Amino acid sequence: MPHGEFQALYVMWLRQMKRFMRSKSRLIATVVQPLFFLLIIGGGLSGAVLPGMTTDNYVQFIAPGIVAMSILFSSMYTGVSVLWDRKFGFLQEILVAPVNRFTIIFGRTLGGATTTLIQGSIVLIIAIALGVPIASIPGLLLAIVFMILIGFTSVGFGLIMASKIEDFEGFQIIMTLIIMPLFFISTALFPIATNTNLHDFIRKLSFANPLFYMVDGLRGSLTNIDNVLHPLVDLAIVLVICIIMMGIGSYLFSKTEM
Amino acid sequence: MDIIRTENLTKEFNGLTAVDNVSFSVKEGEIFGFLGPNGAGKTTTIKMLTTLLNPTKGSAEVAGFNIINERNNVRKSVGVVFQDPALDWNLTGRENLDFHARVYALDSETRKKRINEVTKLVDLEEKTNVFVKLYSGGMKRRLEIARGLMHYPKVLFLDEPTLGLDAQTRRAIWNYIKKMNKEEGTTIFLTTHYMDEADYLCDRVGIIDRGKILVIDSTTNLKNSIGNDVITLSCSNMTKLLERLKEESWIKNVKKHDNFITLGVEKGEEKIPEIILIAQNLEIKIKSISIRKPTLDDVFLSFTGRTIRKQEADHPWKKFVGFDERRRS
Repeated sequence: MPHGEFQALYVMWLRQMKRFMRSKSRLIATVVQPLFFLLIIGGGLSGAVLPGMTTDNYVQFIAPGIVAMSILFSSMYTGVSVLWDRKFGFLQEILVAPVNRFTIIFGRTLGGATTTLIQGSIVLIIAIALGVPIASIPGLLLAIVFMILIGFTSVGFGLIMASKIEDFEGFQIIMTLIIMPLFFISTALFPIATNTNLHDFIRKLSFANPLFYMVDGLRGSLTNIDNVLHPLVDLAIVLVICIIMMGIGSYLFSKTEM
Repeated sequence: MDIIRTENLTKEFNGLTAVDNVSFSVKEGEIFGFLGPNGAGKTTTIKMLTTLLNPTKGSAEVAGFNIINERNNVRKSVGVVFQDPALDWNLTGRENLDFHARVYALDSETRKKRINEVTKLVDLEEKTNVFVKLYSGGMKRRLEIARGLMHYPKVLFLDEPTLGLDAQTRRAIWNYIKKMNKEEGTTIFLTTHYMDEADYLCDRVGIIDRGKILVIDSTTNLKNSIGNDVITLSCSNMTKLLERLKEESWIKNVKKHDNFITLGVEKGEEKIPEIILIAQNLEIKIKSISIRKPTLDDVFLSFTGRTIRKQEADHPWKKFVGFDERRRS
C-alpha cells in the first residue's frame, strides 16, 4: 500500500476514534443499555425456565447475546453515520481527496470496528463481573474474533443502508422492520432452534438469519452453554456473511456521487 | 498557459440539461468567475471539474490532467471550498486541517508548517485549537478556505464563497481571496450570483445562464460594452420614447424593461438634459431619471434581458429541482 493511502487509512480511523472518545453520551449509552438488559431483564428472569434452555441461570444465557447486540447496533450506527457526513457536507471533503474509495471505506470500517470492539469489551467485562463463566482461554480469543467480525459485518450493512436511504427516518424504519425481528429470532434473548413452543416454521427460519450465527458463535466460544452449532461452523458462516456485506457496502459507497 | 480548459462540457440529470455544451479556458494565475443565478449550472460545472460528477458529454482538463481519465491527478492539483460547509464540527480547526493534510499525504513537518501558514493567511492562528462547532459562520468559511490551500493546489475552486455571510465578513473574505491569489499564485475559479463580488474579485468573468455561457470577458470590457454611464428612466409613453431614442447615435444601447428604460451612454450627466428635451418635444412626461456607473448587473441584464434577482424568482428549474436546487446551482 502506498504511503499516501496508508496515511488516509490512519486518519480516517483516527477521526472515528476522536469522535467516539469525545461523544460522552454515546459512551454512556453503550454501557448503560446493555447493563439494563443484563441486570434488569437478566436479573428479573434469572430463575425462569425457558423451553430449550438447559442452564438454570438466565444471565449466563443472554450475556453473549447482549454483547453481540451492543456491537451490532453501535457498528450499524457507525456505517449509517456516513449519512451525517453527507448531511453536514464532510463527505464531499472526503470524496474530492486523491484517495482510493476503498481506502476510505476500509479506514472508516476499521475505526467503527475499533470503537464497537471497545464497547463490546466493556459489556463483556461487566458480564464476567456478574458471574458469567468463561469456557476457556482459546474460547475467549475466538469470541473476540467473533466480536470483530460482527463489527465489520454490521458496519458493512450500515454502509449499504447509508447509500440506499436518504435520511434518518429511513434508518429508523429499517431498524424497526428488519433488524429488531432478526434480533428477536437470533437466539440472543431466548432459544429458538431447541424451543418446542415455537412453530416449526420460525425454528427453520432462524437458520436463515445471519444474526443467529453471530450470536450462536459468540455463545459457543464464550460460555459454551446452549449453543446450537459448533463455534467453528458458525465462524465459517459469519466470515462469508462478513465478506459479502463488506463487499456490497464498499461497492455501493464507491459508486457514490455528490 | 491555460490551467483549465473545457470542451463542450455537458451534464444532464434525468433529461434536464444542467450544463449545456460549455467551452471555456482559465489562464494560470488569474481569478476567474462564473456569474449566474441559482440553477444556472455553476456548481454542477465545479463538481465536474473536481471529479465529483462525471460529465454526460464533452471533456475538460485541469492542470493538464483529464477529468475523466486522470481523476487522481486532478484531485491532487485542486482545492475545493464547497457551497455547503464541509467541516467536521466535532474536531478542532487544527484537526480539520491536519485531517486534510494527511489525506493529501503531506509529511509531518510540512503539515505543521503549512497549518501555521494557512491559518495566518486567514487570521485564524489564535483559534486553531477551538472546536469548529464553536466557530462563527465567517470563521468556518475562512477555515475552509485555509484548508483548500493546505496541499498547495494549483487551482482553488470556490463555490459561492460568501453565501450567507454579512457585509463585513464578505469584504474580509474577498481580501483573503485576493491575498492568496497574489501571495501563493493560486489560480482561482469561483462562482457567485453576487455582481459586486464578481466585479471586485475577478479578472475575467463568464456569465452563465440556464447551463449556457453567454459571454466571457474581463470585467472592464464587459462594463465598457454597456457604455460609461447607465441612465435609467421611467416615463408615460415608454414605447414612443424608445423608438425616438433609437435614432440618436450617441446612445450605445437602449433596452426596455417592464417599467423602465436603460440607456448606455458616454458622459451621462450631459445627456440627461438632451433626453428630457426629446421627451418634452414628444409630450412625454418623465417620472424619474437617474445616472450611475455600469455594474455587472447591467451586463447581466443586457445579455439575459432579466435582472439576476428577477431571474431567481421565476427560474424554470425551480419547479423541477425543489429541495436539491441549491446544490446544483
